[in-house]
Amino acid sequence: MTPAIAPIGLMPYLVVSAALLVLGVFGIFLNRKNVIIILMSMELILLAANLNFVAFSSAHADLSGQVMVLFVLTIAAAEAAIGLAIVTVYFRNRGSIQVEDATMMKG
Amino acid sequence: MLPQLVFYVFATVLLVSAAMVISARNPVHSVLFLILAFFNAAGLFLVAGAEFLAMLLVIVYVGAVAVLFLFVVMMLDIDFTKMREGYQRYAPIGACIGGILFVELILAFSHWKMASGTPVAPIQGPAGLTNTAALGTLIYTHYILLFQTCGLVLLVAMIGAIVLTLRQTGSGRRQNIQKQHARVPAQTLELVDAPLGASVVAQGGFLRPHTSYHETSVPGSYASGEQSVADEREKNA
Repeated sequence: MTPAIAPIGLMPYLVVSAALLVLGVFGIFLNRKNVIIILMSMELILLAANLNFVAFSSAHADLSGQVMVLFVLTIAAAEAAIGLAIVTVYFRNRGSIQVEDATMMKG
Repeated sequence: MLPQLVFYVFATVLLVSAAMVISARNPVHSVLFLILAFFNAAGLFLVAGAEFLAMLLVIVYVGAVAVLFLFVVMMLDIDFTKMREGYQRYAPIGACIGGILFVELILAFSHWKMASGTPVAPIQGPAGLTNTAALGTLIYTHYILLFQTCGLVLLVAMIGAIVLTLRQTGSGRRQNIQKQHARVPAQTLELVDAPLGASVVAQGGFLRPHTSYHETSVPGSYASGEQSVADEREKNA
């Protein structure tokens, strides 16, 4: 049985996911003050990882990669929930979500 | 030819919307572009033959995570224009590091050969199952411990989010569980002989068992404002 990815090949998938990861990293640099956009950039990075997992799973005809995507998705959802809860509490206490303002633990 | 076409359409829209996520002026637009990006990623998953994960991505991300982002962005009253200061300043170094990362990734991918070997879990499953069924047989057998751990992680995330955002406002109605369980019907019900034809108001209004609400409530948590004043009056009567 030929894998579903055969007519496209593995390489285009890897390039797309690499570009997605780079966009996520670039987003963190670009929006250094906005925690919400940083969280969204992290979601993009995790999506790039998921894309790689699915591409390799299809190319190897091995289902383990897709199971890993399931786990990564779980962790990403938990991370988004906790991160947004922290943002909400932080905004309630300080009235701002700027990353620069979070300096209370600075020595 | 068709798979390539579909792939390139999805990939292009995915990358463009990802670029819009990080560069949009309005965070609400960012979230909406994030939703578009997830839809297109789900399309790419479909092209690669992972139907279940594509649907899961749409349900979990678009249905839950992106909506959560949308809630938070719209709920917090933030001046987002002020947050774009330093946007120009960090762009060059970000582009520099991003470019280096991209080139290195491409180099790594293009000079790398897969090791040959038999797959641990064949994609077709034991007997030509569908993608979803094959994934299910794998998750519930070989990866059962990891799967349970995932459930635990989600539980911890849920409890953590609730603990972080829960606020004791003092107006919540809480009851003393032991007292509530120890109550008997005689304490809570009162049988009144209502005369035929007489109005309820003439009998002193609708009755309720004296102080029974206050017996079981945690002190100070039952009512507030006018309600608490009225209850206090009734309690003392």
